[in-house]
Amino acid sequence: MFQIRIHGRGGQGVVSASELLSVAAFSEGKYSQSFPSFGSERMGAPVQAFARISDSAITIREPVMEPDMLIIQDPTLFNAINVFDGARTEGYLLINSSRTPEQLGIEDMTSTYPKNHVVTLPATELALKYIKQPKPNTVLLGAFAALSHMVNIPALEEAIRGKFPKKIAQANIAATIAGYNLTLKIIQQAQGS
Amino acid sequence: MLHQMSGSIAVAKAIALCRPDVIPCYPITPQTHIVEHLSVLVKSGQLENCSYENVESEFASMSFCIGASATGARTYTATASQGLLYMMEAVYNASGLGLPIVMTLGNRAIGAPINIWNDHSDAMSVRDAGWIQLFVESNQQAVDVHIQAFKLAEALSLPVMVNMDGFILTHAITRVDLPDPEQVDQFLPPFVARQKLDTQSPLSIGAMVGPDAFTEVRYLAHHKQKEALAMIEQQAEEFSDIFGRDSGGLVKSYFADDADIILVAMGSVIGTMQDLVNDLRDEGYSVGILSLRSFRPFPANAICNALKNASQVIVFEKSFAVGMGGILASEIHMATQRYVGENLKIKSVIGGLGGRTITKKSLRKLVDNASKGELDDEVFMDLDGGTVIRELNRQQEDQSSGPIAENILRDIGVVSASKTH
Repeated sequence: MFQIRIHGRGGQGVVSASELLSVAAFSEGKYSQSFPSFGSERMGAPVQAFARISDSAITIREPVMEPDMLIIQDPTLFNAINVFDGARTEGYLLINSSRTPEQLGIEDMTSTYPKNHVVTLPATELALKYIKQPKPNTVLLGAFAALSHMVNIPALEEAIRGKFPKKIAQANIAATIAGYNLTLKIIQQAQGS
Repeated sequence: MLHQMSGSIAVAKAIALCRPDVIPCYPITPQTHIVEHLSVLVKSGQLENCSYENVESEFASMSFCIGASATGARTYTATASQGLLYMMEAVYNASGLGLPIVMTLGNRAIGAPINIWNDHSDAMSVRDAGWIQLFVESNQQAVDVHIQAFKLAEALSLPVMVNMDGFILTHAITRVDLPDPEQVDQFLPPFVARQKLDTQSPLSIGAMVGPDAFTEVRYLAHHKQKEALAMIEQQAEEFSDIFGRDSGGLVKSYFADDADIILVAMGSVIGTMQDLVNDLRDEGYSVGILSLRSFRPFPANAICNALKNASQVIVFEKSFAVGMGGILASEIHMATQRYVGENLKIKSVIGGLGGRTITKKSLRKLVDNASKGELDDEVFMDLDGGTVIRELNRQQEDQSSGPIAENILRDIGVVSASKTH
């Protein structure tokens, strides 16, 4: 079972991202589950959402305590809450930021991860370019696919089309593909260096 | 057909498959998405010949259900928590009058302190109201048990409440197999009312009954619930024959047959317990689970049968009777004393109150302690003793120490708590 925890703030599409992930995994024949952290949701407040992907039926209902993949949609959360709580050191880390982990001051946390398991990318900038809104969630879903190989782009496209009206869906699909391509490039560059 | 969708949407679609005639509704978290989606299904014409009524309160909602059901209409509504309390008088009337209404309870804590999150306080507040009360472990069971609920309600002429954990199930997006309409029609026949208000053939429903007959009418209510025991089992079998799935029934054992320690619980926590028991069995523990899928009627015989070979039973429940303790634990204690004997140790665990996360780790600690013979008779799982003691000290030191909830929120550093003095 692969477990995902997404941290962000209200209004950034954190809950939608977990839903899209679970729908995409489902359409590829896997078992999946997603749910929000059930706080009092409001714009700007820290929000968490969870997803699990598995080849067999999922019965566990607890929040994801030891994520294989941690997605940080908002780097200002590093100062607000311990987003790394329980994160598996052999797992993956995806951060929405144009800065490196060193520049973010979190290298103590990221240095324990295997090489090429930590990716930072400017998802909000890409979202503004493709969706014209500061919602980095679908860019990060593309990045998730490139980094983890747990879902594929066509399945994410289908999930996005099922959730949004046509025009918004197209913009989000473009954002997802941009996130995917950029992440592949980042990984290749890191491997080359 | 397989879908990936939220529990609430899945339940709304399952209700539509049952072809209800009347749906009076008032929204309340966490069930709102159910009635919201039903309104979409009615408005869009996907659910035909159904009158959807947005009423002004939960009291109106259940009163509307009573009126509609008494005219022979298949009637459905949903509520939770304070909404259920607000409709309470009508809840008793629906069962007392023997009207086969189906209601979803999106289980949520009851205030004060106000809390929108999941526990079973609302379900337990109506445990003596005469309704059939069923619990589901997953969203698939939520779909399946609602379909069974209409058949059961109409066969007995008694209202049925399907309890579904708020947020944990209602808001979770999981795989759900939605049945074909033809299959549902095959399982669930059209509603034929036992009693019906009809201007062509007038009768009255709701007579005043005095001391000369009240005991007999109430005894018959009890009798009807006992009849339901066999019917719930039979319908689960019929359901399995048509749909090929295990859903419903009175109780469900998970490795409990040969287990030394048995966890007993209701609702979605069973899923996390199953995950734990898989781990523990691999490690050699003799542990199993008994899921109570029917709480009313209380399946005392089925429970005793399932527990008779165990040495310890850990009854886990998401609510308790303040000043008494675990409600389920007490009922299981009473049932097993009568049929199993006094050697069975029954431990009462209260957990998951007001949405507190139930972790596998904390559940594991219960089983670990029980296997060492060190589990207390009554445990409040993950209780923060320090917070409790600090508040007790404040009360002892200062007669005007202020409201408990606000004091504790300040104590644990929730900044939004308003300072009261």
